[in-house]
Amino acid sequence: MDPTSLILARIQFAANISFHILFPTITIALGWMLLFFRLRFRATRDSKWEEAYYFWTKIFALTFALGVVSGITMSFQFGTNWPGFMEKVGNIAGPLLGYEVLTAFFLEATFLGVMLFGRGRVSERMHLIATFLVAFGTTMSAFWILSLNSWMHTPVGYEIINSRFHATDWWAIVFNPSFPYRFAHMLLASGLTMCFMVAGVSAWQILKKVDSAATHAAFKSAIVAAAVLIPIQIFMGDLHGLNTLKHQPAKVAAMEGLWETEKGAPLVLFGIPDPVTRTNLYAIEIPKLASLILTHDPNGEVKGLNEFEGKHPPVGPVFWSFRVMVGTGMLMLAASWLTVALLRKRTPATLPKPLLWGLSLMVFSGWIATLAGWYVTEIGRQPYIVYGVITVAETAAKHAPAMIGLTLSVYLALYAGLLIAYILVVKRLAEKATRGEALSLPSSFNRAQPSA
Amino acid sequence: METLTTVLPLVFMAVMGLAMLAYVVLDGYDLGVGMLLPRAANDAEKDLMVSSIGPFWDANETWLVLGVGILLVAFPFAHGLILTSLYLPVFVMLVGLTLRGVAFDFRSKAGDHRKAFWNAMFTAGSFIAAAAQGWMLGSYITSFRSDWWTYAFNLLIAMAVPATYVVLGAGWLIMKAEGDLQARALRWARQAVIPFAIGIAAISIATPLISETIFNKWFRLPDFFALLPIPLMTAAAVAALWHVSGRKQIVDAGYGWIVFVATLVILLLATLGLAFSIYPYIVIDRLNVWEAASATESLVIILIGTLFTLPAIIGYTIFVYRIFWGKARVLSYGA
Repeated sequence: MDPTSLILARIQFAANISFHILFPTITIALGWMLLFFRLRFRATRDSKWEEAYYFWTKIFALTFALGVVSGITMSFQFGTNWPGFMEKVGNIAGPLLGYEVLTAFFLEATFLGVMLFGRGRVSERMHLIATFLVAFGTTMSAFWILSLNSWMHTPVGYEIINSRFHATDWWAIVFNPSFPYRFAHMLLASGLTMCFMVAGVSAWQILKKVDSAATHAAFKSAIVAAAVLIPIQIFMGDLHGLNTLKHQPAKVAAMEGLWETEKGAPLVLFGIPDPVTRTNLYAIEIPKLASLILTHDPNGEVKGLNEFEGKHPPVGPVFWSFRVMVGTGMLMLAASWLTVALLRKRTPATLPKPLLWGLSLMVFSGWIATLAGWYVTEIGRQPYIVYGVITVAETAAKHAPAMIGLTLSVYLALYAGLLIAYILVVKRLAEKATRGEALSLPSSFNRAQPSA
Repeated sequence: METLTTVLPLVFMAVMGLAMLAYVVLDGYDLGVGMLLPRAANDAEKDLMVSSIGPFWDANETWLVLGVGILLVAFPFAHGLILTSLYLPVFVMLVGLTLRGVAFDFRSKAGDHRKAFWNAMFTAGSFIAAAAQGWMLGSYITSFRSDWWTYAFNLLIAMAVPATYVVLGAGWLIMKAEGDLQARALRWARQAVIPFAIGIAAISIATPLISETIFNKWFRLPDFFALLPIPLMTAAAVAALWHVSGRKQIVDAGYGWIVFVATLVILLLATLGLAFSIYPYIVIDRLNVWEAASATESLVIILIGTLFTLPAIIGYTIFVYRIFWGKARVLSYGA
């Protein structure tokens, strides 16, 4: 295998999967938020919920479309970039992916049409059901894909015959040891990403003075949900970390920047991991804290990278991504709790301007945390594709570097263009929300008008 | 278990064929409408054309994911071989599908000054995806050979598939539109019939020439006579398509759906013919379905899921088509 081809194929796959995950991370949770808006409207008949639903449906549709097209790219890249993966692991990965298509993709894609455009054509109840099925479908899709991803980290329930994997216990495969933690961690990440996007866009609308009762309702719902979710996420992240320590100690050693096995290992707050000297330069450490967090004993032993010479992931990217994720999480905790505390005495429109600006800047903070988290877990399992069993290099297709380089540059240009277009359109929709169009509210179901 | 090992790969080959046919017909009309968009008389007509496919395109595209999914799930060895051989056309198709998919939303949300740009992306994406699929079909049938004759053949199919989708798209518009747009859709259908028919004929002639096994299957007596209905019925359906697409009075009498249905019948027969040619191979003369298949225990697991979910998928797809039945109206998120 040409090492240039391998690294280019990895960058290409990473670029696609990074671009893709941005959009499902929003839609998985936004589907449920939209259902919440509809249920609030049903309960209160207050048109602000209707208006909030209407506005966020537009963003949902746009986001969903980007998720679909980048997801289709993913489904082909398994074959174009890693044919060896399916040849070796197809018996296990295949059914999990198959169930994703059969139980999730069709459900969400088919009922999306009804959810978006069906309001004049179906009853309010049917429309609610369609909204529920879309939200449920996106969540099921996450279930299957995270089950497969987790299995690749903690493979169980298989035997290898003639270098091919065969399933021996499907229950063990689907609910493999890291799956519950990873699934919960990702759903919470999705919730937080969506909450900060809704709060950030709403804060921007308040600053631009295009806000309405609907903006305030969406803002409050999102920031309160964020304040509830973030401590749960921090707790869940800790559990996930302990689970990783049990199954992938090399990844945790890289996250902590721990080069040598130590009793009473310090927590490295900052430092520059240097793979040549195998030390951290300019390190700022808190004594014994890593041992305390990971083993719940200040003098507990934590395995260092020295135990995995030649088989551990590159330390820098894992170390840094982990700090970006945790740092963003802490910022989310501070921002959401401060806002909720202030909202006890104020309305969203009278919040201090610097806070509204801060929340606007954090509109895509969930993306940063989610991507950083995925980089920790995915770079952290290198050089393996199925942890401890198959390496990435063994499964790669033998394309010439020039061909991968060419397609990679087109993908990168396309994704950069689409990302800019997406952000500009979200901004545009936000700023014109109550100017003109949305003020003429979509007629609600209590006026049973035939659609125009 | 022995019987399952023999039968299951064939079952999945059939399901994959069904998914691919469903994709070609369903996303075919979407992509066809996309390619016809620049020929709309005005902006309102463009909106109506896009509205006619708006609620469906996403689910339609999912059939492609199912088709590739089954290839990947049930035939991992063929999946690797086929997709690595088709690396570039797959890439081109994905760029096309991406542009088309996002243009749906951007054209209506990015502001009036950008609408023309995204309309152009919508059309370009639709054409690029269709042409790439044609090239892939051509290379698949020619068993991924790389010589100039093969490339010429692939290029011919790469032009015939967009024509096929245009016939489907025009057929769809005949059913979903009224008045002037409907009348013009009829003319668009007729213009695309000839390249479409050439494509079907080219594939029918090429497959037996590519492989001696396929030649012998079709032209051995008495099988030749048993198989004759396939080309004859195809020819009859093409004739019906040509006849109806030239006569507005038939459409006015309420039989405009014949254009779409005749195309569907042609594609169904073409799929049957191709399946007969290829059987039992998944890559012609190189890899048969049993060599390419996953382990039987994995196929059983997917079969159980497929038996429960596929009827449900077909059921709720029909349900949603019924919700949006009848002539298209401009869509809105409100009521």
